[in-house]
Amino acid sequence: MNTAIITQNVPKVVWEELSQSFVVPTSDLIEVVHLLKDHAEFEMDYVSNVAGVDWLARKEKVKNADGTETEVEKPGYLEVVYHFYSMKRKHGPVALRCRTNRENPIVPSITPVFRGAEFQEREIYDLYGIQFSGHPDLRRILMWDEFKDFPMRKDYKEPDDYEWEPTPHDEVLEKAQTHYAKPNP
Amino acid sequence: MSPLFSESVEPAAAEQPLYGPRSYQVMSGNDLGSQLLEISMGPQHPSTHGVFRMDVVLDGEEVVKLKPVFGYLHRNHEQIAEKASYLGSMPYTDRLDYFCSMTNNWAYAHAVEKLAGIEVPERAQYIRILMAELTRLVNHTCLIGFMVNDLGALGTPLIYAFREREKILDIFEAIAGSRMMCNYMRFGGVRVDLTPAMLKSITEVVDRYPYFLDEFETLLTANEILMTRCQGVGVLSKELAINSGITGPMLRASGVDYDIRKVDKYGIYDRFDFRVPLGDHGDVYDRYMVRVLEMRESVKILKQALKQFPQGGDFINPNVKLRNFRPKAGEAYGRIESPKGELGFYLVSTGGTMPYRYHVRAPSFINLTILEDMCIGQKVADVIVILGAVDIVLGEVDR
Repeated sequence: MNTAIITQNVPKVVWEELSQSFVVPTSDLIEVVHLLKDHAEFEMDYVSNVAGVDWLARKEKVKNADGTETEVEKPGYLEVVYHFYSMKRKHGPVALRCRTNRENPIVPSITPVFRGAEFQEREIYDLYGIQFSGHPDLRRILMWDEFKDFPMRKDYKEPDDYEWEPTPHDEVLEKAQTHYAKPNP
Repeated sequence: MSPLFSESVEPAAAEQPLYGPRSYQVMSGNDLGSQLLEISMGPQHPSTHGVFRMDVVLDGEEVVKLKPVFGYLHRNHEQIAEKASYLGSMPYTDRLDYFCSMTNNWAYAHAVEKLAGIEVPERAQYIRILMAELTRLVNHTCLIGFMVNDLGALGTPLIYAFREREKILDIFEAIAGSRMMCNYMRFGGVRVDLTPAMLKSITEVVDRYPYFLDEFETLLTANEILMTRCQGVGVLSKELAINSGITGPMLRASGVDYDIRKVDKYGIYDRFDFRVPLGDHGDVYDRYMVRVLEMRESVKILKQALKQFPQGGDFINPNVKLRNFRPKAGEAYGRIESPKGELGFYLVSTGGTMPYRYHVRAPSFINLTILEDMCIGQKVADVIVILGAVDIVLGEVDR
């Protein structure tokens, strides 16, 4: 399987060595997916796995030309990872990843092309809050409909639904103390 | 056609694509002014196999719309695993699909081994094959028992199935210390070795299993009620099955030759001679038959594995660290053929002791995608059977 065809046809796609996958800009995702499905080299007819990943903003040290180091702020992003296989040709996988910002994340939905992504994209929307444009039925799937936050994000704070415990200690004690009655002034 | 005629014809509705979810026009099919009835089946309904709910819209007895609703058992397994060490979530994978804990363990161990580049010794490979195929027997036997239980054959076939299952669970208990929550696989091998006595008891069960299958099939396969209730019900086309990412016996019942044991040859499956049964019609009866035939093939694999079972060797790779296990940064997607379909684990490591991302590609979750398509136009009583043949376990669907 000659995966170089993808980068030849869609020049904006970048091969990432560490994760062994193609980084696809959101604007080109549908084109690449159609290419994988229809090109005689791939004939990928089956999307196996769709997963979201959350990368927080982080500081990285970059070496300057004069040997000093400066800290560079790298912005965080959300990404969706796809694994494609071919049931016809029995080969694969080809992994794609599509990155989007954390504030207003929108990724085109591949459900109109691959029905197998329908529930998985709903799950990612539910847990990561990524909007899939073009998804026919984008609702929460695992959490209840009234739920507000996105629990799989790395900066998710669980609500303080404190339950009484007879011998609290460590962080439980800290949490418990905020619930104790204040002493009279 | 006269111009008069063509004017009265309404413009054709926009053609819907073959693939992709479809919208269905919901209208009452008769002129009596009767209304559609929306009912909520589950989550406490005994034949939804757990806490699963279906919003069904009925026209008389016919289903016109069906939406699966789940999440009642959601505990964010993935986030819990991201806060535990790699080995720490091994026991928790048992609780995904609590019928097949051995294959869940294997799928997770397989993904981690891929991530960290761990070799598995030969003896451990054979032990894993034995455990996985025994699990397949347990799962398929019980599933058929549950399915015919849903059909109204209350008791007998299910109890027969459970009787056989118990024999295999006794083996699991002797080996792993627990009947269902085995927690048996480790990265690079298994937790404890098999003794000759255990091998003997496996051989006994395996040798007796074809006789049980004959008995089971005499009871069910040519049964007229089973045939009328299952044949032509819940038909799933080949194209839709592939496009919707259906895997496992469901896919093969629709006639697609795709078994990951054959395609990926993970473990040592290339050493065994077995066939992949395929269905013709893609209906519930095919799904039943494919599972029965698959059990016979599993027995074949087990017999070969017991024959080839190596005398000595390590049951776990001694170079794998149990504590402070840190795979290098990178990611891996490992998948195996679990009894329910393709069970995959997607792991991202940043070099720490905990996985940065841990995702479970659960087969029964994705196999539910086409539940509505299979049920439209069927009677409400058949919905139960169709759902039963999908083979879901809610621990895995909801995670």
